[in-house]
Amino acid sequence: MQGIQIDLISEERLSSLTSMEKIRLILDDVKQGNIVVLEKGLAPEEASRLIEVTMMEISPDGFSGIEMETYPAKEGGAGLAGLLSRISGKRPGSRLTVIGPANQIRMLRKDKDLISAWVSSR
Amino acid sequence: MSFLIKTKKKLSRFLKVFFRKRRARIGIYGPPNAGKTTLANRIVRDWTGDAMGPVSEIPHETRRARRKENITITGMNGNSVDIDIVDTPGVTTKIDYKEFMEYGLEKDEAVKRAREATEGVAEAMHWLREDIDGVIYMLDSTLDPFLQVNIMMVGIIESRKLPVIIVANKIDLPDASPGRIKSAFPQHPVVPISSLEGSNVEQLYEQMADYFG
Repeated sequence: MQGIQIDLISEERLSSLTSMEKIRLILDDVKQGNIVVLEKGLAPEEASRLIEVTMMEISPDGFSGIEMETYPAKEGGAGLAGLLSRISGKRPGSRLTVIGPANQIRMLRKDKDLISAWVSSR
Repeated sequence: MSFLIKTKKKLSRFLKVFFRKRRARIGIYGPPNAGKTTLANRIVRDWTGDAMGPVSEIPHETRRARRKENITITGMNGNSVDIDIVDTPGVTTKIDYKEFMEYGLEKDEAVKRAREATEGVAEAMHWLREDIDGVIYMLDSTLDPFLQVNIMMVGIIESRKLPVIIVANKIDLPDASPGRIKSAFPQHPVVPISSLEGSNVEQLYEQMADYFG
């Protein structure tokens, strides 16, 4: 059966991994032509490393990089919880993130609550 | 007496070396073809009379981070700042050599350019983590600023608590919409300029002197 594999990785699974394990998990999956959906996005430092490692693994006529989209981070929110997070300077966490091979996935549309992607088989 | 003078001079030199504030390294970051090297050239030319690097319409013309040391920028209000400018390769999450062939490059040349570009992006990210004290984030104001790479890069810069000025470049073009960039990043100062024509760069210099000083 031909098709595209989509791996949805839970927040629990991600939280048990180190930064480098997360990056390896994502890139190994994406390099096989799979689409990865993270329930919770990467921290800025992890995103920075992901770009760096992605660049190091690009090869002619092979892996050409990643396409990635995530929902915008939620603002601090209303009420006491939001006020406390703003006072403490705690940044809102990143949210659901879609990552795929750049030669197979095109992000068509992104809103604050909707990501549309077009995926082609290899 | 001469012993006292010599000792005083030695102490003064020691204190200058010991307490000298390192010049801030200001990185010019942004996606490919936003006009980073054009701005770096303008800053360097305006304040030192020198040049920084070549520019091209083919993406990833800058494939190595370049640093120009010891630039003093003075704003219209008289404030000044001593900086090193670091011009960096455009940051992206994908590079395909076939895109360069669409600009007329032969395959070998396109593959070489792609390989150098990937190394350059990795190098730029490394600079951002280790060696940059402030950022000018450069965007083409004719394009959508809400691209994931821009959101991600501004998030990375914010997480490192680096001061950032966002430059809405190419305001000389008819489709330019610097207002869209201001609405995308309301938490940071946004300066609309044309680095090619030099319009409004004085406002950027004033902002740099105030913000990075």
